Amino acid sequence: MKCTAIAVAALGITLAGPVGAQNEQFVPANFYWVGPYAPGGSGFGGGIIDYMQMLNERDGGINGVKLTWDKCETEYNNARGVECYERSKKHAPTGATVIHPLSTGITYSLIEKATADRIPIISMGYGRTSAADGRVFPYVFPLITTYWSQATVMVKFMGQKMGGMDKWKGKKLVLVYHDSAYGKEPIPVLTDMSKQYGYELTTIAVPHPGNEQQSQWQQIRQIKPDWVILWGWGVMNPTALKTAAKIGYPREKIIGVWWSGAEEDVLPAGSAAKGYISAGFNSPGSDFPVMKDIKKYVYDKGKGEFEDKSRFGSIYHTRGVVAGIVTAEAIRNAQAKFGKGKPITGEQMRWGIEHLNIDDKRLKELGATGLMPTLKVSCLDHEGSGLVKFQQWDGAKWKVITDWMEPDRKLVRGMIEADAAQYAKEKSITPRDCGKDL
Amino acid sequence: MLYREAGQFKSTYAEDQQIFPILQDRVAMAALLVVAFVVVPLIGNQYWLSAILTPFLVLALATLGLNILTGYAGQLSLGTAAFMAVGAFMAYNAMLRIPHMPILGAFIIGGLCAAAVGVVFGLPSLRIKGLYLAVATLACQFFVLWAINRIGWFSNHSSSGVISAQRIEILGFPVEHSQGKYLLTLSIVAVMALAAKNLMRSETGRAFMAIRDMDVAASVIGIPMMKTKLLAFAISSFYCGVAGALYAFCYLGTVEPEAFTLDLSFRVLFMVIIGGVGSILGSFLGAAFITLFPIFLNIATKSLETALGIEISHALVSNAEAIIFGGLIIFFLIVEPNGLARLWQITKEKLRLWPFPH
Repeated sequence: MKCTAIAVAALGITLAGPVGAQNEQFVPANFYWVGPYAPGGSGFGGGIIDYMQMLNERDGGINGVKLTWDKCETEYNNARGVECYERSKKHAPTGATVIHPLSTGITYSLIEKATADRIPIISMGYGRTSAADGRVFPYVFPLITTYWSQATVMVKFMGQKMGGMDKWKGKKLVLVYHDSAYGKEPIPVLTDMSKQYGYELTTIAVPHPGNEQQSQWQQIRQIKPDWVILWGWGVMNPTALKTAAKIGYPREKIIGVWWSGAEEDVLPAGSAAKGYISAGFNSPGSDFPVMKDIKKYVYDKGKGEFEDKSRFGSIYHTRGVVAGIVTAEAIRNAQAKFGKGKPITGEQMRWGIEHLNIDDKRLKELGATGLMPTLKVSCLDHEGSGLVKFQQWDGAKWKVITDWMEPDRKLVRGMIEADAAQYAKEKSITPRDCGKDL
Repeated sequence: MLYREAGQFKSTYAEDQQIFPILQDRVAMAALLVVAFVVVPLIGNQYWLSAILTPFLVLALATLGLNILTGYAGQLSLGTAAFMAVGAFMAYNAMLRIPHMPILGAFIIGGLCAAAVGVVFGLPSLRIKGLYLAVATLACQFFVLWAINRIGWFSNHSSSGVISAQRIEILGFPVEHSQGKYLLTLSIVAVMALAAKNLMRSETGRAFMAIRDMDVAASVIGIPMMKTKLLAFAISSFYCGVAGALYAFCYLGTVEPEAFTLDLSFRVLFMVIIGGVGSILGSFLGAAFITLFPIFLNIATKSLETALGIEISHALVSNAEAIIFGGLIIFFLIVEPNGLARLWQITKEKLRLWPFPH
């Protein structure tokens, strides 16, 4: 114990903190490059860093403020994620601007801490769904679309495929999910909708990490469902597709969540993945003007994040780029209000995110038309879009098969408000009044 | 020269039996406590208190719990994380469902529930030993997580199974900042470590050790097998349960059952092995090594990069950290199979002779 105290003291001295140049905007890069979920963490992280690097190289930052970042390994582990957050939040000059936890578990652990520290969390396409109610969760932004919106779009998409929502009556739907907070997130919505549309829902849990699913798919063979929703993560996805092939369940009837719909999820399954459909809130590809800029200003100069160039333009990569766009636009927004060409604080960033409005015109200017849906955030609505696309794996690449699809906003919003209200009650939070511009 | 007991005479039994018979040890311990309770909260910033020291103390408490069972009573267990989960979720439920529940009361309830679960899953220890017992406790690990995941009551029917710890208030004063949470954790850990130390010096502790060293001989000299083994399980699980409650309330704030996977059980077991099997001090050293060392490595490689002005691929660094860490564990186990506590003991022995070794 004495040893520890000395070591701790010694470390404290070495950690006194680097002093950066003042005209910089620090964005922590707390992702994961090791472990079973590394493809997701390194791909997403690579995308966001590539985009920021591109802004620095092409425009010299945002209005002259250079973007900086520091990588911290979270291992997709809550404890390490909290440690990285604490380490990065006081970084010079204005602290952490915004946190992308890239893990539902870490997001949950950070909600209260970040709110107290006045640092916004962007949990794009993951995290706590009910945080979309900005009155109760002022500092949390599950931007673009949430798990619940996605679940309603999935049911709608399957209904369309069958020829109308009335065809759902008497049909069977199975949810195969990763047995964690993340995997359980869609259950209330799907249960609610089953009452509305009259389908029979069975939920089947796959324990972490999910590299053995024989018994689960045997059960599916007995149920003979009309559709299967795959709510997986990491190694669980290719295993599910391979096992489905083994029992002969048609892959065209399996709809994956967006965390089950990247190249890394289907390639290991080989031909077993062909025909499989997944949802997404970003499109893959390297032909978007913004991707070409990243190629020109970053990769051609040898500053790209990926050593393996085939990952350029993959789903995770473009998703990271979308996160980069959202982050940079929010910083731009906040600078416009609080002083151009000056670094902003987390509190100002919160204002910037809350007043984000990326319309078709702005998307075109950014060179990201089709890469991501339009986005309009408000105090009441921290989701901002809710739109989802579907894509199908043709054996070699993902092909987008639908346009942006609308969620069942009424149902989702009602559930979000109910859940947020319960949270507010448990934590004795008085919801903000969105009439006043804070 | 400095560390010598010459001239310190013991004239009563009480003096001879105290925890630290040597004056220098007592002074060092008092200094350490002053540093931990007064100096650290004053100079420590939030990063140190809430991201490094609090989790270290919580895991040290869990390690202490497992050390009582594995190190002192000789019963191998892989259910530590499950006991922690019981402690965390039951403390949450106690706060939620019992009006005006004081936080310490909730921690104790969490610990007692964990102890009850521990006794139930300790029953197989009456018939099986060693690795086979480890497999039986593995069942506990899976069963508890399964139950918490499946039965909505535990998480107050939260759709995602996540619980969010309530605000901590002690005698009307809210404990919100990292200082407060650190001090609360430190106080609980200090009291429980002292209790464990004394327990191990008492008749009960000696009965545990007798069972560990040779259970047939222990039963021949009249130590009741069932009572003692189950008591070891109960006490150990109580410690783990309180550690779990602290993990939820003072550290993470919001917990999902996945925070308490088998992985955590193994980590705690490694802390026991690295720190020193059957040693209170070892529990702290082991927890420090396993929780702090990866973070230290991470920071060290980063400063190395800046110092040398080169950029190493981050994926490489992250993987290298895991390799170095694994290599060091093997190195320690070969050089000192009895753990860091034994190294500390050797240092003390050498210090006594210094500067004139025979």
